[in-house]
Amino acid sequence: MLGRTAASLFWMSRYIERAENIARLTEVGYRIALTPDIGSGHREDWQSTLIAAAGLNTYLERHSAITPEKVQHFLLFDRDNPSSVRSCLETARNNARAVRTALTREMWEALNSTYIDFTAVKASDLRSGKLPEFLDWVRQRSALFRGSMLGTLLRDEGFHFGQLGAFIERVDNTARILDVKYYVLLPTNESVGGDLDAFQWETILRSVSAHRSYRHVYKDRYRPWNIAEFLILRQEMPRSFRFCYGWIERSLEGLLEILGQSPQSRHDALAILSDLKSASMDEIFQSGLHEFLSNFIKRNNDLSSRIAHDFHFL
Amino acid sequence: MKFHAFNDQSGGTTRPSAGFDEMVRPDGSIRPAYQKLADWLSQQSRGLMAKKQEEAEAIFRRLGITFAVYGDSASNERLIPFDLIPRIISAKEWRFLERGIEQRVRALNAFLYDIYHRQEIIRAGRIPAELITNNEAFLPEMIGFDPPRKIYSHIIGTDIVRTGENDFFVLEDNLRIPSGVSYMLEDREAMMHLFPELFAAHRVAPVERYPELLRQTLESVAPAGCKGDPTIAVLTPGIYNSAFFEHSFLADQMGVELVQGSDLFVEDGALYMRTIAGKEKVDVLYRRVDDAYLDPLTFRPDSSLGVPGLFDLYRAGHVTIVNAPGTGIADDKAVYAYVPDITEFYTGQKPILQNVPTWRCAIKDECAHVVQNLDTLVVKEVHGSGGYGMLIGPHATKAERASFAKKIAAKPSNYIAQPTLSLSTCPSNVGKGPSPRHVDLRPFVLVGDRVRITPGGLTRVALKKGSLVVNSSQGGGTKDTWVLED
Repeated sequence: MLGRTAASLFWMSRYIERAENIARLTEVGYRIALTPDIGSGHREDWQSTLIAAAGLNTYLERHSAITPEKVQHFLLFDRDNPSSVRSCLETARNNARAVRTALTREMWEALNSTYIDFTAVKASDLRSGKLPEFLDWVRQRSALFRGSMLGTLLRDEGFHFGQLGAFIERVDNTARILDVKYYVLLPTNESVGGDLDAFQWETILRSVSAHRSYRHVYKDRYRPWNIAEFLILRQEMPRSFRFCYGWIERSLEGLLEILGQSPQSRHDALAILSDLKSASMDEIFQSGLHEFLSNFIKRNNDLSSRIAHDFHFL
Repeated sequence: MKFHAFNDQSGGTTRPSAGFDEMVRPDGSIRPAYQKLADWLSQQSRGLMAKKQEEAEAIFRRLGITFAVYGDSASNERLIPFDLIPRIISAKEWRFLERGIEQRVRALNAFLYDIYHRQEIIRAGRIPAELITNNEAFLPEMIGFDPPRKIYSHIIGTDIVRTGENDFFVLEDNLRIPSGVSYMLEDREAMMHLFPELFAAHRVAPVERYPELLRQTLESVAPAGCKGDPTIAVLTPGIYNSAFFEHSFLADQMGVELVQGSDLFVEDGALYMRTIAGKEKVDVLYRRVDDAYLDPLTFRPDSSLGVPGLFDLYRAGHVTIVNAPGTGIADDKAVYAYVPDITEFYTGQKPILQNVPTWRCAIKDECAHVVQNLDTLVVKEVHGSGGYGMLIGPHATKAERASFAKKIAAKPSNYIAQPTLSLSTCPSNVGKGPSPRHVDLRPFVLVGDRVRITPGGLTRVALKKGSLVVNSSQGGGTKDTWVLED
């Protein structure tokens, strides 16, 4: 397989995953703005959303004020924002077009029709409460793409690169969401936690579609300690660090089996995974949640670059 | 039996206004090859055809079969309109075309070999020396080099038009990098999907083997030193190229890599592609990149589409480039006028397919004739393609003709002229019902260990009423082409 093909599959998957995550973040922001009392603080929440979406600087270069309409437009439709849903779908599709032959027909059709339908939607179509429906649709289309890939793609090199892209993007997103709100998760907050904190905790869980699964796992009210553990260390949570790194390691292992060489990236991934396996929330809180999260985001980025290097992405 | 348009009778007419119609005779009766189709058409309602048309478009768009139109930024990906009504060619007509095409492509390959070697045809006085020496399409870098099997143009799309029962003309030879074969294959897929019962009622010669035959052809011209199965790759300029879909389609159908210039490099006397496990050797490169962009060290230094060092490697016989660089000298429009002589010179036989009479503006008397008769002629640029930069005299305004005359006067050798041919018409589905529209035909020819011609080819249709321009860049569409078996 060409290095460029591997790169395209990796980035295609990453951008589809990103489109889904941005849609989810936008939806959470929209919910907050609808909530009375707390809603009045929306400026701060939209700012958090922009930070989690890694778009605050780009946004501020272009807009002087944070308003819900502008942020939504920026996150969904803005061509100048490389992580807007539109840009993500376009980048994913361009990558897919370049390696059309490495995709199954189902994958291509899922992605191509999503892009075509998306480009037909105008921001003005989403007034009068149509936004949630639209964001649902984006997430469904991402799920359709993932499903097509899992259900139809040969388990060869291409599949592993697709998986790597999806999980590296997903874990990056989870880590950013946690880092933006890390202070509401600090144990010192738990005793003083009022309505506002409870609301923030729920927001974090909603941002990774985990507000219901949390209850299944913990059978308890929202507690910051549990939330952090759920998103970082629990291996049954499909957007947690631990879960994502399980798959990253498995994908690199799969590549090793096919190619017969053990690249540096696999050793790096193994090291991250074993750190996650042996970590406890006690240690993480003691050594500082924020430090832990920024360090993790950096290690995850480094791994992404290392993969690009090891497999000749160009 | 007389033909009636769709059964609701409200629609268009199939009666041709003038010229040769491939389905309906001047007296209104139906030619035998079209009889079943005509019967079937008369039973279809307009509503059904409209529904099928939508279905076809949805299929093409979903599959990503689009093409980019240069200079059209608003809609940089478009569907080529698909005409639902197939064109039918009888077995007898096809046998004739096949013989004629094979003769012509063999002669043109022999001509290319000669032109890049001893130039016997010039010594024999059959073509003027300046036709070659002053021609931008002549590539001095190719002089004295023997490509494998002495074949230069392996993949050819001969453009043929018809003006009468037995009158077929070759309009262009397209020996460089002809495109359109993916439309031939996808149009067939679509027709079998949309109208299985109509398809089953005919004995249609299959086209599906094309990718396999292409692969065999490419393998047959591997470099002499290549051991074992040659590795083939398709070189594309990338996703923004108008024919990218086709490049990707063909690579996929052949089961080979689709590469860009940046994926390739030359090292220790071999061409390699960069793979996830390191480098892999390439033996045959089916390039869909123009000569000028192939190798920045030999041709355009500013090109990033090609591979530095590729051409030297090719000349050393370590990789085969398909088609060979420099084939343009044989499909140049100024050389075109001599193809009948060329055919006779190398085959010793009379040409089977006719050439369109051509006036060369490079020759003084002929140029004068052209300028005086601009209102009846089609004038083309010698190096132009895709229907750009041409004048269709009878359809042009007086002012357009006058300004074109100036262009000719400024650089006569840049132009040739031909009579405006009355292209044959076939029934087309144009909304109102089946209605005759002008068509041409591009059969796809493969030249390797033998000549392989896929039955039929791509029929392009000028969907605008009365229009003679079939190019997709100018509002033309395509339709499936059925060669009937005996």
